[in-house]
Amino acid sequence: MSSESLDAAADRLPGSPVAILRDWGFLRDLAPQVLGAVVRRFRDFAACEDAVQEALVAAAAHWPREGVPDNPRGWLIQVALRRMTDHVRREMARRCRESAVAAETHVVVAPVLYSEPDDTLVLLFMCCHPALTPASAIALTLRAVGGLTTAEIAKAFLVPVATMAQRISRAKQTIEASGVPFRMPDAAERGQRLNSVLHVLYLIFNEGYTTTSGPALHRTDLSNEAIRLTRAVHQLLPDDTEVAGLLALMLLTDARRAARTGPAGELIPLDEQDRALWDMAAVAEGVALVSAALRNGPPGEYQLQAAIAAVHDEAARAEDTDWPQVLALYGVLKQMSDNPMVTLNHAIAAAMVHGPQAGLDLLAPLAADERLSGHHRLDAVRAHLLERAGDRRGAIAHYRAAAEKTTSLPERNYLLMRAARLCEGL
Amino acid sequence: MKYMLMMNCPRDGYDKFGSMPKKDIEGHIAFMIDFSKQLGAAGELVGAEGLASPLQARRVRAGTDGKPITDGVFPEAKEFLAGYWIVDVASPERAYQIAAEASAAPGLGGKPMNMPIEVREVMAGPPKDL
Repeated sequence: MSSESLDAAADRLPGSPVAILRDWGFLRDLAPQVLGAVVRRFRDFAACEDAVQEALVAAAAHWPREGVPDNPRGWLIQVALRRMTDHVRREMARRCRESAVAAETHVVVAPVLYSEPDDTLVLLFMCCHPALTPASAIALTLRAVGGLTTAEIAKAFLVPVATMAQRISRAKQTIEASGVPFRMPDAAERGQRLNSVLHVLYLIFNEGYTTTSGPALHRTDLSNEAIRLTRAVHQLLPDDTEVAGLLALMLLTDARRAARTGPAGELIPLDEQDRALWDMAAVAEGVALVSAALRNGPPGEYQLQAAIAAVHDEAARAEDTDWPQVLALYGVLKQMSDNPMVTLNHAIAAAMVHGPQAGLDLLAPLAADERLSGHHRLDAVRAHLLERAGDRRGAIAHYRAAAEKTTSLPERNYLLMRAARLCEGL
Repeated sequence: MKYMLMMNCPRDGYDKFGSMPKKDIEGHIAFMIDFSKQLGAAGELVGAEGLASPLQARRVRAGTDGKPITDGVFPEAKEFLAGYWIVDVASPERAYQIAAEASAAPGLGGKPMNMPIEVREVMAGPPKDL
């Protein structure tokens, strides 16, 4: 069954299985374990993944009526294995349609069912394989590990279901073609591959947090999903400090979600947010995670970013922010990463500590950086610093230049509004 | 029947929009958000997108080797597509009515902008009587 027809079937079933899948988080937690068990048996990743989706849809249709079985995972594995057995039979019959052997072929499914606790991790390594484009890895991860339906993923990324179904199916083909075995990468390769996994999770979170398309600023489903998956990885690799750092970064950033937009969906910058709206439980969890991680070894990039987010989150008022601390952390981060975005943020922190001119001086060399040319953030930061330095006309020009370049509608509106506000004071 | 409603703006439209006073920009944005909400609530909205500034726009043709030949920002163009709605409505008259409402979006001083909206029917699948 193709993804499209599966989603269509899901929508026709009573009790809106898609909604049940979402509400029953535990069902989706089981998805990667079930998929792991089935892939171990049949190897054919693409077909197994379809079979597990069908089992999830079947569960969402049956369980509300008949009650949750005593062993939900076993139930799902059985159903998925049965689908796979049917699939293999059909394939065999197709291949030897002329032969009488087909009628006699039986696929025996051994009764012993097992799944390894780190199947989730092995699946993540597969779905975030470097051979895939980020967009493909994201879609495949959300479906195979996150247990989301193709329709839900398509909705989250505002693309037609058929487009997303095709993207997922091509991603699966790429995985098949690359011949990755279903097992943990060896120690030599593991660090590199874990980086890819963390990067994909980070992109999913960011896509939810700062949507790059559509009028709304957040798509919370994606942020929540990224946090859920990162939490799972953290449980499996509790000693990995960068995994803990990424989880902390997500929690500390997401804690500000409610304060980040106004009633009409407009963007509210950090220093103007109502901090009473911040989720202090998430802040506490993030701070504890990043503090423990930083004690356990040399800091990585995610831990440093989390530490910076923690400094902001721990300030009761914007003016209480420990900017020298933020500046020091960006200084360390800048040595580890040549990402120009880090330099931009370093400049903002320098401006807060040493005045706007110090920040503007740090921005000067970035104008020549090709990775930033045409990027609205450089203009936006320059505009902010010029505004603080009292150069209203310069600030207006750069706010407007940034508004022309951004592709985020709420951000464009915010930048135009800043320029308009300054114009009124001229 | 589906219609695409295309909102065109003059060359300097993006600049002019950004130079309006704050309350006029706010008024325009609030109108657009509300307009889409109402179309959605009426079950008529299929999709809508606003396009980023034409500053980065390129016109692309295939060269003889099939590789893209890009043309920079076009000096000859007088108008740019700024955004569109696709609506599913019962009659062309309803599509024109929606287009007129969009055209009257408030601009400078809260006065209607009267932007030209091009209304085109979207090609459908097989005819209904087949």
